Amino acid sequence: MALTKRIIPCLDLKDGRVVKGTNFLGLRDAGDPVELAARYNEQGADEVVFLDITASKEARGIIIDVIRRAADQLFLPLTVGGGIRSIEDMQQILRAGADKVSINTSAVQHPGLINEGAAKFGSQCIVVAIDVRRNNEMHEGVTPIELADGNVCWYEVVIYGGSHPTGIDAVRWAQEAERRGAGEILLTSMETDGVKTGFDLAVTRAISERVTIPVIASGGVGTMEHFYEGFVEGKADACLAASVFHFGEMTVREVKEYLDARGVPVRL
Amino acid sequence: MTRVAILDYGLGNLRSVMRGLEHAGATTKITKDIDEMMEADGVVLPGVGAFSEGMEKLGELKSALCTYVQERPVLGICLGMQMLLETSSEFGNHKGLGLVPGSVQEFSRTTGMKVPHMGWNTIHIEQDSPLFEGVPQESYVYFVHSFYADTAPEHTLTSTEYICTFASSIVRGNAYGVQFHPEKSGDTGLRILHNFIRML
Repeated sequence: MALTKRIIPCLDLKDGRVVKGTNFLGLRDAGDPVELAARYNEQGADEVVFLDITASKEARGIIIDVIRRAADQLFLPLTVGGGIRSIEDMQQILRAGADKVSINTSAVQHPGLINEGAAKFGSQCIVVAIDVRRNNEMHEGVTPIELADGNVCWYEVVIYGGSHPTGIDAVRWAQEAERRGAGEILLTSMETDGVKTGFDLAVTRAISERVTIPVIASGGVGTMEHFYEGFVEGKADACLAASVFHFGEMTVREVKEYLDARGVPVRL
Repeated sequence: MTRVAILDYGLGNLRSVMRGLEHAGATTKITKDIDEMMEADGVVLPGVGAFSEGMEKLGELKSALCTYVQERPVLGICLGMQMLLETSSEFGNHKGLGLVPGSVQEFSRTTGMKVPHMGWNTIHIEQDSPLFEGVPQESYVYFVHSFYADTAPEHTLTSTEYICTFASSIVRGNAYGVQFHPEKSGDTGLRILHNFIRML
């Protein structure tokens, strides 16, 4: 027996509702994140992530209510990300019943937030989400990563949902996040996100091999084989996906049975 | 109805522990008050974060817990379990409650395996205990930790393999501890919480 690889469905929420359309039969309210999360729970999801993309600060109370309802009904780990800018934000979300908070742009702008959060709540609570994009202009101080086609590039951290390049080397930032007390890295490549061609294996592997904390691969799943590649070639500890589950293209259980048949340890 | 006091000495997610216990049939009280703790039929000591900070925040609850456990059951979860032991080497050497013989050790970081041990792993039941009644051998539970309990076989209820074989559940007398999070371990975890309540 061994520690199993995790499959994590991600739900994007706006004003307390699931944003991406869902294709679940038999759901009373397909837009209710708690009902959808419960369905994933039944399918054998190992954790659930809520990503709050609500823009206005006033609507923050809604996500707190959603977290409370989820924590009351689901007995599996819940991570919440989106718009977390301070220790107070973290405390509010953890108190409502989340187990981990995910910070992205705010961690890049104020790296001390990682240290403070880890010191106050424990490293296991702090997930640092890193969005990356390929950059072909090699220069001193960046980590060269070889792609499948033999070309060499480096990966740059991007923030504000991928719209803003930072000049920061993704591998170095992941290592810094670990040093500062992050308990986990959630890595999303803008190269593959939303295009269903599979995870960006080169950067996933490069980062997973250079940190000792777990890495969650995100962005690009279209087939069950993509999960397998994420674990075996990308060396990810967990794989996150949204649309393939929401639209009913595959269930979490089907993915796990597939992985099990191919020798990847999963909880069935 | 069985009353369980959940000791609130920190900042973690207590809501899931509370709901898990209520789901299993108890009434709960989240408290840091010694009198309220003393009135309860059982105590849950939850906890996430650092050992020394946890011990420090327990304050006067420390000696109260040592008195309480003479007569009634205490269940430590994660850091709460680790604090039941005698010592910890997390960021220096620190004294625990000493309710279960043994120490807290750090996972080796030289094996190439990830630390923290995070995710679902199995428990091997080493001895019969009412806490694991009806729980199948090799059930999956959810772990998040970088340190583990090192204790004698007589105090080991379940063991788990990750980097080494460690005690994932411990016991001495009325003091019970689980390294994993029963409140995050689905039906298996709820069964364990239910078993704890039945012992009270």
